[in-house]
This record gives sequence, structure tokens and C-alpha cells, in this order.
Amino acid sequence: MSELEVQADFAARAGQPGRPRRLGVAETAAGVLALFLLVSAVAPHLVAPGDPLGIDPLSAFAPPTRAHVFGTDESGRDIFTRVVHGTQYSLVIGAAATAIGLGLGIVLGTLAGMLGRVVDFTVNRFLEVLFAFPGLLLALLFIVIFGPGVATATIAVGLSTAPGYARIIRAQLITVRSAAFVEAATVLGRTRWQILLRHILPNTLAPLFVLATLGIGQAIVWAATLSYLGLGAEPPTAEWGALLSAGRTYITSAWWMSFFPGLFIVLTAVTATVLGRSIDSRMRHA
Amino acid sequence: MSTTARRIEPDAALTVRNLRVDFGADPVVRGVSFEVARGECLAIVGESGSGKSVTARSLLGLAGANARVSADRLELGGQNVLGLTDRAWRARRGKDVGLVLQDALVSLDPLRPIGREIADSLRLHTTLGAAARARRVLELLDAVGLPDPARQVQKLSGQLSGGERQRALIAAAIALNPPLLIADEPTTALDVTVQAQILALLEQITGDGTAVVLISHDLAVVSHIAHRVAVMHDGLLVETGSSRQVLGSPRQEQTRRMVAAIPADKPRGTRLSLSARAADAAPKPARPATSAVVLEAIGLSKSFRRPDGTRHLAVDDVSFALQRGTTLGIVGESGSGKTTTARLLLALLPPDQGEVRVLDQPWSAASEKARRGRRSGVGAIYQDALGSFDPRWSVAEILTDALGLRHRRRAPQTTARLVTLLDQVGLTAAVLRRRPLELSGGQRQRVGIARALAARPEILICDEPVSSLDVSVQAQVLDLLDDLQRERGLSLIFISHDLGVVQHVSDNIVVMRAGRLVESGPATRVFAAPQHPYSVQLLAAIPRLSP
Repeated sequence: MSELEVQADFAARAGQPGRPRRLGVAETAAGVLALFLLVSAVAPHLVAPGDPLGIDPLSAFAPPTRAHVFGTDESGRDIFTRVVHGTQYSLVIGAAATAIGLGLGIVLGTLAGMLGRVVDFTVNRFLEVLFAFPGLLLALLFIVIFGPGVATATIAVGLSTAPGYARIIRAQLITVRSAAFVEAATVLGRTRWQILLRHILPNTLAPLFVLATLGIGQAIVWAATLSYLGLGAEPPTAEWGALLSAGRTYITSAWWMSFFPGLFIVLTAVTATVLGRSIDSRMRHA
Repeated sequence: MSTTARRIEPDAALTVRNLRVDFGADPVVRGVSFEVARGECLAIVGESGSGKSVTARSLLGLAGANARVSADRLELGGQNVLGLTDRAWRARRGKDVGLVLQDALVSLDPLRPIGREIADSLRLHTTLGAAARARRVLELLDAVGLPDPARQVQKLSGQLSGGERQRALIAAAIALNPPLLIADEPTTALDVTVQAQILALLEQITGDGTAVVLISHDLAVVSHIAHRVAVMHDGLLVETGSSRQVLGSPRQEQTRRMVAAIPADKPRGTRLSLSARAADAAPKPARPATSAVVLEAIGLSKSFRRPDGTRHLAVDDVSFALQRGTTLGIVGESGSGKTTTARLLLALLPPDQGEVRVLDQPWSAASEKARRGRRSGVGAIYQDALGSFDPRWSVAEILTDALGLRHRRRAPQTTARLVTLLDQVGLTAAVLRRRPLELSGGQRQRVGIARALAARPEILICDEPVSSLDVSVQAQVLDLLDDLQRERGLSLIFISHDLGVVQHVSDNIVVMRAGRLVESGPATRVFAAPQHPYSVQLLAAIPRLSP
């Protein structure tokens, strides 16, 4: 950093050491949306008191009105109610898939980063093989073997994101392992395990949780894709991908059936991304 | 001569009246006036944050996108350049004013041969053909003293040494014979012997009639080639005058502080930081010398594998001994094996041959398990203090850990110990909750020293502990180490590329070159009568205040 930049940096931060940056419009909106999604997932009846499976053939294919804000489907079920009740599936699938991917990535990445050249070489070749397949193809392969369903779709998405996490963890471990502060801990007479637990792992994993937040958005989109293809949640479950798929047949006459579930998939993914980036930039400048 | 030149205004290559720069909030430059005549070298000296770099960049229209620059007058060669558009500036840069930056490695495009880099300005500003440009580039490289120019033009910046890169950069800056050259810390990243060569080159350029503005934090460096010196502090010029006058009899507090902080030629034990107490000013009496050896290196060698498979001998058969309560200085230029030696002494690397013994016990030959319990006896201070702290930890956590305690269950008496520790290095409890990133460079190094002291070591190994600090902060840290040694009888290994610093702190000296020990002995003897030709050359290159 040149002296000039340092000065500019100091000037920018002058008088407010450690005070957090003000929230932007996007961050505020994402925060409100995240809160709404969380409430929808935990207590959907608070947001939409109706029954997501309750049919009402008389008001089938109703366009968005005051009674049905998102309209109704071919059986007269309220789309808004179904979308709100579907939040829990999408969020749980997204979080679980990311946890699986991250967990597997941590195991593989730590093996590669800590256990010497032979293990590193083997794990790396294995990861390269996984990387050679597009992520979704890998997930499809897994589903072909184990059959469709919410559980398999979740595991499939988790599996296909694992190589990316593993790579990042390995690179981070190798950087942190040779950092000056690790050497300083050795000079202070710390054992290998103390250094690993107190310095190397926290510094490797902390940045990953930010990445995981970003990953949840991606996992939700992928899980919805699988459901849309009929390989994840199956109708009449109100999962967003499944809703999208159900609306596809009527897209020319009843656009709202696919539009609103699609809107929620996009908004959720964007929310996760905006929050992830915001946390990331705050941690960098903390 | 400078005074006559100043009176003849039309001759001024640069006139600055009441220059102000701010970046929105506080002004960084708060009304600075000076002029530079042709063939004159003006040095603007100040510590980081004084505004000297911003001033220099304003002279090229490079103060930054969100900088607000204003002045009563800002003239290059008699022509107003205040408020020029970017486009107008581009036409002038290189032609009317040249710039030489500190780090030539990042200033040169790593993927283009240096010949092409230098030819750029010729291509943009002249009508010379390709052949004429190539000839001119060779002339320039010859002029800046780069040996064998015909071969060097083909090289990429990464294939050149630091000194060669800096020469190439100067060649690019003077390609169009600009009447004004601005050099921003042109020698800061260089070894002393190379620094001396670059300074001689700048002096020669000044002699050819170019006006030079030299920006530096180092008074000793500028004293040789600057005709006039302007001392900058907090956005203002606090003192301006001929080099002899400013450095010989400084009038302002800030200048006196900087002059006093220059370590070279100040006897061991002299305070470098100005103090209100008169008693501190006198040199402290020398400690009684003991002959007990606390750390010994016997025939140390270490080699590394190069990317191409050959082996590079970083440390080659080096032996020395550190006596209790004394300081052993290890000097050498980059690549001399100093840092590898430090890592061998800290047993972070196993030696290929030879042995390190601590307190008459095997150290490098012992297993890490056996050594671990004794590691508290050997502390370390690093050049990059910030990098040596876990970025997630606060100062309190760092020091608690260094005391061997757990931060989570911190007892009140622990906090008291932390405060005592901080007090020894001149810090207050206020920094406990801060993270090192939020501290200044001097504060960080003090925390680093406090951490090293926490385990009550007998030996401290300091690898370039003050190299990244401002002179006045450097002076305070050196004084602190001196005090601690006096109070605790610490034995220090002090590794540095800066001979002036080593001369000031050391009782004994080891001079290293390319992994070998070329000379060793008592500091006074080595500095007064160096035996080895390399030591002679190194000593001659020490930046001193010119008489």
C-alpha cells in the first residue's frame, strides 16, 4: 500500500475507529426480506393463515386479486399461501445442502492441506475429476443412482458444491499454515495441536462461513432446478421448484402460477448473496 | 547558489504558492509554498502522514480522483498547471515533468521488456521513428549506468535486480529530458550500496540542469544531494533552508527530532528520541561486560532447492557467539542470509550442518519436544509485527496467550499483569481491546516487544525490528530495546540491513554477504577499521549527515 493510499484510507476512517459502515439500501432490503423468509419458514401460519393444500375448484385459475394476492392454481389453491409454506422446504434444502457441501469440503480440504504431498496429490486429482462434471450433472448422476426425492436432491446438491469448498479450504490452509503468526506461536513454544486449534483452523474457517452464506442462495436455486425437473420434492408439496414446474403447463394462460414462485427463488438467492457480500466486506474491513 | 537561483523567478522550474489538498474531510496539505530552480535539488522530508507524497503527486496532477487541490500558484516552467484536465496533464507528464517512484517492481509492467517501457514516452511525445527510439533507449540506459544496455533492453522487470530496475525507471523518467524530475522515495527499498549509486545518479542528473524534487523520510539520505531541504509535518512546511543550515542547526522542534533520530555515528547508549529529561540525553554508562556465552552458532549451513532443481546455499558455514547482556548485530544486504540465520537461531529451520547451542545446551540438535519447554528463554521480534499476530486476536488476547494463560477465563490479576507488560513498552491499557490492525506501526512493534518479553526470555532475536518504521518511531523503539536490555540484562541478536542502526545498537558485529560471514568483531573495531573490502564498501555507503 503506498503512502498515499494509507493516507486516503486514514482520512476516510478518521474519527470513527471501528464504527461499522452505514447500511446501504440493498442491505436493508435484504435484511427485511431475510426476516420475512425466516418467519415464513418457521411459522408460515402467521404470514399465510390458509391451508396450502386446501382446494377450491370454484376459484381455480383466479388472477391476482385482493382475495388471492398471487392468484390461484388449477385446483383453486392460493399461490401466496403455497409459496409462503414452501419457504421452509427451500430454506432447509439450501441450508442442509450447503452444510453437506461445506462439511465434505472441510474434510477433503483439510486432508489435502495438512497431510503431506501424497494425500494432497490424491485428493486434488479426485477433486479435478469432480470439477470436470458440471455441478448439476453430478447431482443428476447421484439422483439417477439413488432415486428422486427431497433427501437425495439435498445430498446431490451438497455433493456437487463440495469440490469448490474443498479447493478453497486447501488453499486457505496452506496460506495460513505458513503465516508469520503461526511461526510466532511456535517460537512461543506452542504445540502443533494448540497451533492447529487456536490459529490455523479458526483463520481458515472464518472466511468460509461468509462463503457459505453466498452458497445457500446457489443451493436453493439448484434444489429448485431439481424439483422443477421432477427429481426433488414432488407435488403437491409446496416446494418452489415444484410450484414452478406445476405452473409451466399453464404459463400462457395463468402466468402468476410460475411467476411468483420464480420471483421468490430469485429474491431468496439475491438476499443470501447480498447478505453474504455485506458480511464479507465488513469482516475484511473490521 | 540556491539563494541567487531563488531570486531569479523566470528560472524557476517549479513554483508552488499556498498549495492545499484535501480528501473531503481533513486537509492533508495545508498551504505549502516552495520553488525549485533549474539544476537545483529540493528535498521534501517528512514522516508518513506528513503529506509529502500527496504534495509530490499534486505536482503531476496525480493527487487522486477524490482529492481537492487548490493553490494560489502552481506553475511548471512558468506555465500555470492548476486545474488542468486529465487530458492536458497527460500531455505534460513525461515531457515537462518526470516521476520516479519507490518500488520499481510494481512501477514497471512485469510482462513488457524494459526497453519498451522506456520507449513509451518517446512514442507518445515525439515523432522519432522506431530505429531512432531504440537508439535513444540505449543512450538512456547507458546514461543511467546500466551495464551492457543492448542486452538489458530485452529483459523483463522481474529479471533485473532492485538497483537495475530503479535505474531503468529513472531512464524512463528522463527520456524526454523533462526540466523537472520528481523522485518519491527513490531509494527506500534498496540496499545501502545500491542506494549510494542511485543517489549519485540523481546528483548527476541535477548537475545536468534538471530540477529535482526528492521526497524522502530519511534526512541522512537527502543530505548529500539536496541543495535545499524542506521539512514537512502535518501538512505544513515547518522549516525550509539550505541543507547545511536545516540539518546542521535545525530551528524547529520537528526537524531537531528527526536529526536526533538518525542512529549512525551516535555512540552506543545515546538516546535517539528527544526527551524532556536532561539526564536522558547523556550516554548511559556501558554495562560490565561478561564473557558468559548464552547463544552459540557453530558452523551453520543451510541450503534450499531452487525451482530449477539446483541448490542455493543460503547460509554457508557461519559461526558466532552471543555474550550475556550484550548485543550482537548481524548486517548484510538482501540475499546475504540474515533472515535464514534468524530462523536457524529460532530453530524454525533445521540446519544442514552445524549446530546452535543455547545456554550451553543443544538447541537445534534437540527434538522440538525437548526444546519446547526452553523456548520461553528465546524470544523473537519480527520486522512485520502485524503479520506476526493472529489477525483475529485483540492485544489483550495476544498478550494473555504469550503469558501462557487462556483469555476466556481471564482473572483480574491477569489484566494487571497485562498492564504492567504494556507499561514496560510505553503503552497504556487503552490498547488492550484494540486489534493490531487498528494500531500504528510503532504501537504494533511495541506490542510485539511486549509479547516477546511476556515469557521473560534471556535472549531476544530481532529480525529487522525497525525497518518498517519512521525514523522518529525507530528511535523510540531502539531506545526502548536499549532500556530493556539495561534493566533486564537481556542478550540481543539484532539483524538489520541498516548499518547505521546496527552501529548504534551493537557491541559486536557480524557482517554477512551471500551466506558467508565476511567479518566479525567488536562493533567499535569493525566500524573504525574494517578489514574485509566488502565491509569497507558497506561502511562507506552508510547514509550520514553530510558535514
